[in-house]
Amino acid sequence: MLKKSAERAYLFLVFLFLYLPIIVLIVLSFNASKSKVQWGGFTLGWYQQLFSSSSMMEAFGTTILVSLLSALIATLLGTLAALGIDAMKKRGQAVMMGATNIPLLNADIVTGISMMLLFVRFTRLGLNTVIIAHITFNIPYVILNVLPKLKQSNRTTYEAALDLGATPFYAFYKIIWPQIRPGVFSGFLMAMTMSLDDFSVTYFTKGAGINTLSTMIYTEMRKGIRPEMYALSTILFLIALVLLLFMNFGPSARRGEKGGFK
Amino acid sequence: MSKRLIDLQHITKSYDKQMVLDDLNLYIRENEFLTLLGPSGCGKTTTLRIIGGFEMPDAGNVIFDGKDITGLAPNERQVNTVFQKYALFPHMSIAENIAFGLKIRKKSKSYINDKIKYALKLVNLDGFEKRSVDSLSGGQQQRIAIARAIVNEPKVLLLDEPLGALDLKLRQDMQYELIRLKNELGITFIYVTHDQEEALTMSDTIVVMNQGYIQQIGTPEDIYNEPTNAFVADFIGESNIIDGTMLEDRLVEVLGVKFPCVDEGFGKNRPVDVVIRPEDVELVAPEQGVMEGDVTSLIFKGVHWEIDVMANGYEWMVQTTQMHPVGAHVGIRVAPFNIQIMNKPESSDERAVEIDA
Amino acid sequence: MRNLKRQLLAGPYLIWMVGFVLLPVGMILYYALTTTSGQFTTFNITSITASVHLKALFLSLKLALACTLICLGLSYPLAMILNNMNGKRHGLIVFIFILPMWMNFMLRILAWKMLLSNNGVINTVLGYFGLPGLDVLNTPSAVVFCMVYDFLPFMILPIYNAMSRIEKDVIEAAKDLGAGSLTVFFKVILPLTMSGVVSGIIMVFVPALTSFAISDLLGGGKVLLIGNVIEQAFMQEYNWNLGSGLSLVLMVFVIVSMALMNSHGEEGGAGIC
Repeated sequence: MLKKSAERAYLFLVFLFLYLPIIVLIVLSFNASKSKVQWGGFTLGWYQQLFSSSSMMEAFGTTILVSLLSALIATLLGTLAALGIDAMKKRGQAVMMGATNIPLLNADIVTGISMMLLFVRFTRLGLNTVIIAHITFNIPYVILNVLPKLKQSNRTTYEAALDLGATPFYAFYKIIWPQIRPGVFSGFLMAMTMSLDDFSVTYFTKGAGINTLSTMIYTEMRKGIRPEMYALSTILFLIALVLLLFMNFGPSARRGEKGGFK
Repeated sequence: MSKRLIDLQHITKSYDKQMVLDDLNLYIRENEFLTLLGPSGCGKTTTLRIIGGFEMPDAGNVIFDGKDITGLAPNERQVNTVFQKYALFPHMSIAENIAFGLKIRKKSKSYINDKIKYALKLVNLDGFEKRSVDSLSGGQQQRIAIARAIVNEPKVLLLDEPLGALDLKLRQDMQYELIRLKNELGITFIYVTHDQEEALTMSDTIVVMNQGYIQQIGTPEDIYNEPTNAFVADFIGESNIIDGTMLEDRLVEVLGVKFPCVDEGFGKNRPVDVVIRPEDVELVAPEQGVMEGDVTSLIFKGVHWEIDVMANGYEWMVQTTQMHPVGAHVGIRVAPFNIQIMNKPESSDERAVEIDA
Repeated sequence: MRNLKRQLLAGPYLIWMVGFVLLPVGMILYYALTTTSGQFTTFNITSITASVHLKALFLSLKLALACTLICLGLSYPLAMILNNMNGKRHGLIVFIFILPMWMNFMLRILAWKMLLSNNGVINTVLGYFGLPGLDVLNTPSAVVFCMVYDFLPFMILPIYNAMSRIEKDVIEAAKDLGAGSLTVFFKVILPLTMSGVVSGIIMVFVPALTSFAISDLLGGGKVLLIGNVIEQAFMQEYNWNLGSGLSLVLMVFVIVSMALMNSHGEEGGAGIC
């Protein structure tokens, strides 16, 4: 089974490539020495410094606020849009989907710059502009998750509900909503992930003094690496780990199709 | 009879400690239409996949034309398979699909083109060369899958529930198509199905399987008229299967009534299964029958009536061309040669499990 | 008609799109085609031919191409191995390979900056074995390295998804018709995963071509990509017209490369969406 062991070895090498940086970051976050290579004893000091740094904590709060709020609004607008697009004729659908693909396919830097030009012209850059920008690039992800569910759903079941005396709203809530709910949910999660991970768009649309974690780390890193950032990486990695574990192996993952390889 | 083409010897196969086939022995003759019939999970598909080379038996040998091919890969065998869900290559045109095997065998262009034309004609889809796979209906895709297999001139064609995904009317049409194809090609067909009607219509030989064991091998007539045990009787067509006692040779007691029959050699006072086909139960005037009962249900089936009669605590299934209204008091009579006596199964393994036909 | 009423649900989204997608693109067009005083000009666009800009554009194309090829070379075998695995732990192993992409983009850059630095872990290990240290930080190689790390999942995912959609029956049918493993690969698996490869290439090539943060942080100011030129035009020189002009050129490059890829991918199935 030479092939088997070659495959194993390959998997291991890629695994190493993916995880070595993360492992080193985690180890260094507990290193009392400031050196990148020398172990100076165990400490939680960098975590303390991280939590006592008001700018870091503020950036953390902003990141959560922006991603939650933008994902929520994008989910609402996107789901409504998907319902509307689904009801359109072929040509209308093509036009709408073409427009939906623009922010997806456009380079982040161009999306960021184009919105900055607009905001500077008509208002001032601040927290609001960041949220609006995030909503804009989030909506397509919601639509792309909800629309396939709508297409799969059986139209006649909705009509059957109306036939049995349900009002359109009741029929929607009882018949269509359960069928698209997984799509809405995964759209929301995807939007939130994109939002959490975004750097370029935020960088161009944020006002002075506003920072998400991404832009904060960027500014800090240009000055040099501070060990608190190792601590921050460790915490964020653990959050991602828990969230992903929950999504893939938690109660909701059992329903719907197998596994979220998102 | 023609010679043995495939010989399966002592085939054993299990998945995750679950026994699927247990010491299976079976031979298939040249030019035979052989059907493996049984409920899902009986091992019929596994048997087919072992012949095709997609599964390796844990023990035992597959002999093909006198040679042991147990270890050969699918691409090294002279058999071709028609898959249940067609398994056409979605990125190729119909012609490219059919040409796939021929190109691998490095046949000439003109040979391939001739073959494609011939095969499409054979499956009644002339002129479909340029079409894409998605543009075809299920039935058409199935025909292409057959065409793709037969252009390679295999000695044996394996068919894994090929009609399972088609609707009833199409399925019946395709049954006749397959028989015609088999006669035109003159090759061996090994067919897997759980549909007894399909098996009875098409096969030369039927192999009834259950839980990894062969229950009976025989012609459709044998299987239908002379089932060897209650599982086969129940799986093939509908039957009244009643507990009885063999009092002596040619006399069986069922539901407290003595019936003359034609079976011998069971010994005295032995518990047996008594199998009576619904069309073999005669309904007569009460005083003329060996037992009396009341009609509990009546359904018109076109050629005949399906009637349930409650008599001596058993609900008899009866098929007859004469109508008896619900509530009618009738007599029941069965001719001695229409009574099948079977030994009770020795192990629970042979018992009928769920039948999903 | 109820249908019309339902179509109206897309209204808010339509307004949003016009206001925050189309209008901003219009703004770029406007700035790109005017001078600071509002006069019409094509100078901002033609300035891409200035040697500094041209050099940056070529370097961007080169690095993006290198990054895309490396990602493809790494991902395809990986996706195949993952797809061929079955058994209980399959889900877990797939999970392990997608987890790192959930780590913040910027922190992944940080990790590599730390690993690659002259007194970082990699050089220390090399030194321990008596090997010469790598002086890659602040070079294009470091940038490509980090790009690969950042964008690799975008290549793995679509290829893996395309591969897992191939029915097992189809592969068995090919073998049944006499195909050996090489033929199965080239005639069946590769064509059927082409759509995944195409979307993977687009999803890696576009961000690699337009990235500015990675080169900024790992290039030490020495690796100037077209993204850096544009960013500096806006944020340091405050020359919005020039920045817009160059952005427009970049947009065209992105659209052209996507159209090219998609036309190739068409034979292998759907495009990216």
